[in-house]
Amino acid sequence: MSSVQIRDVRKSFGNFEVLHGVSIPIEDGQFVVLVGPSGCGKSTLLRMLAGLENITSGTISIGDRVVNNVQPKERDIAMVFQNYALYPHMTVGENMGFSLKLRNAGSDEINKRVKRAAEILALSPLLDRYPRQLSGGQRQRVAMGRAIVRDPQVFLFDEPLSNLDAKLRVAMRTEIKELHQRLKTTTVYVTHDQIEAMTMADKIVVMHDGIVEQMGTPLELYDKPENQFVAGFIGSPAMNFLKGHVRVNGVATFEGPNGVKLPLKSAPAASDGRPVVYGVRPEHFTIADDGADAEIVVVEPTGSETQVFAKVGGEQVVAVFRERHQFNPGDKVKLKPEPSLVHLFDDATGKRL
Amino acid sequence: MAVMAESAVAQVKRSSMWTRAFESRNFLGAMFMVPAIAILILFLAYPLALGLWLGMTDTKIGGVGRYIGFGNFVSLAKDSVFWLSVFNTIFYTFAASIVKFAIGLYLALLLNERLPFKSMIRAIVLLPFVVPTVLSAIAFWWIYDSQFSIISWVLLKAGLITRYIDFLGDPWNARWSVVAANIWRGVPFVAITLLAGLQTISPSLYEAANLDGATNLQRFRHITLPMLSPIIAVVMTFSVLMTFTDFQLIYTITRGGPINATHLMATLSFQRAITGGNLGEGAAISNAMIPFLVAAILLSFFGLQRSRWQQGGRD
Repeated sequence: MSSVQIRDVRKSFGNFEVLHGVSIPIEDGQFVVLVGPSGCGKSTLLRMLAGLENITSGTISIGDRVVNNVQPKERDIAMVFQNYALYPHMTVGENMGFSLKLRNAGSDEINKRVKRAAEILALSPLLDRYPRQLSGGQRQRVAMGRAIVRDPQVFLFDEPLSNLDAKLRVAMRTEIKELHQRLKTTTVYVTHDQIEAMTMADKIVVMHDGIVEQMGTPLELYDKPENQFVAGFIGSPAMNFLKGHVRVNGVATFEGPNGVKLPLKSAPAASDGRPVVYGVRPEHFTIADDGADAEIVVVEPTGSETQVFAKVGGEQVVAVFRERHQFNPGDKVKLKPEPSLVHLFDDATGKRL
Repeated sequence: MAVMAESAVAQVKRSSMWTRAFESRNFLGAMFMVPAIAILILFLAYPLALGLWLGMTDTKIGGVGRYIGFGNFVSLAKDSVFWLSVFNTIFYTFAASIVKFAIGLYLALLLNERLPFKSMIRAIVLLPFVVPTVLSAIAFWWIYDSQFSIISWVLLKAGLITRYIDFLGDPWNARWSVVAANIWRGVPFVAITLLAGLQTISPSLYEAANLDGATNLQRFRHITLPMLSPIIAVVMTFSVLMTFTDFQLIYTITRGGPINATHLMATLSFQRAITGGNLGEGAAISNAMIPFLVAAILLSFFGLQRSRWQQGGRD
């Protein structure tokens, strides 16, 4: 186990820079999730950490050692690939023991460690099977087994759950988290799924277009997104955004499209008439008499909650209610955002106000 | 009137029979198979059967032979030239196949790396395969010529030899010379097919092996070779079969000489049957190749049986 320091790392392919100076401190034993839309550079960063891609500039250190010029096999890291990359001509046991075999470990030692890893992952009955004979979830577990057998300094996961069906994904999510709690190995996990990031991470790093947008604990990111991108990326259904202006005459309010007035807890400084983006999460709407006029468009019940799509000032917003309101398309309701939970962003820069 | 009506009825009956026949799955299936079966019978089964039959007769060109059972084989068994050709064929096949495999695999691994002008190099590698065999054989004949050989000339100018090498005059020189020509011609097939096989191996396997701590050699030994083995089996079977039955190169370069030192079974068969006119004996020599070929095919059949890791899922 060790800490990982990523300092001002850049990566270019030819003249095309995909990472524009990324710095991420990772503490010993932390579970860090790199999350972002595809093409944001998160997988490239992970592969640089693994040593599969060169570092154009900046440094990456594992423990106290700068690993920029260290071969992947010397870095003492284990990686779980998106397609698992199991060796098809080896049994589950051989797959898991391969790295030990390459290091000339004795067969007793290999057996012992493979057996232990297999017990942790409930793979013991499958040790003699070939990858072809396994289901997706089992293959996934073998890939993790191959990583934990080595007892490395750092685990790297590259979108490990994206090839699984929805139900299995949820189950494996818990399993990976449990595994981390048990082994406490520093882990860097790449995903494009913000729910995976929220549920598993000690620390989330939101990346976008080759830069880090925000780093923090899941709830920090949820409660205080630093900019509009993070606000829209974290949370599902996504945060509603309305463009408009701040009005201060006595009380601060937000004036949205078509004269819609929405409440504000306080106005940012020097802000009368300032163009802003008003962000409110779907779960922070209530039905109240002093709310804004809304016309219901679509109602989607999921059982535990109900998603309501409605038009506010001509813009579509989504609200989520745990109570069972009787709504029908076309109904007129009054939607009120909870003022203390509203986010304001600068219209030009997208920065939080 | 009555006749006309009758024929009309018959017509209707016949057309309805045809219609019904063409609606039947089995009949249609049989009809679709007719062209393939006709081609197989005409161009494969009939010549094979004829060859087998001729081998049992003493047919000469222009004459009608009579059945003599295994007479041809008995006389061949006492024929030292025949046995020499068997030895030559086996030597030719093994020497050429082993080297073709080694060079082909090396080239394939090289071409699988990131190289500048990769596609052009690939095209160049294929060239020997594209040139008509007889043309390349004539080129080799020229290269091996006792007076005009470019190899001898270069070596002489470089001061490495004092007189021209007699490539095709000495038995062992000649054997190695034709083996070299066959290798030159056969390497592209092996290289390109193995390259295709290499490209089916997922790069992430190498990355995983890299992280697992494998050196280049270990990656080759533990990933490339086992993953490539099914394709190696196919390529080498084809290569062995094609080399064993080779005719054009030998016939163009040496005609089997000197003193039968490079006669393969195929060239000897042609010489006895067509040049010498003894169709029966020539056919018998060809037939004698069959056991070797069947053995090679059986070997690859068992070698090719999918290993356990390739078989589909089973729970």
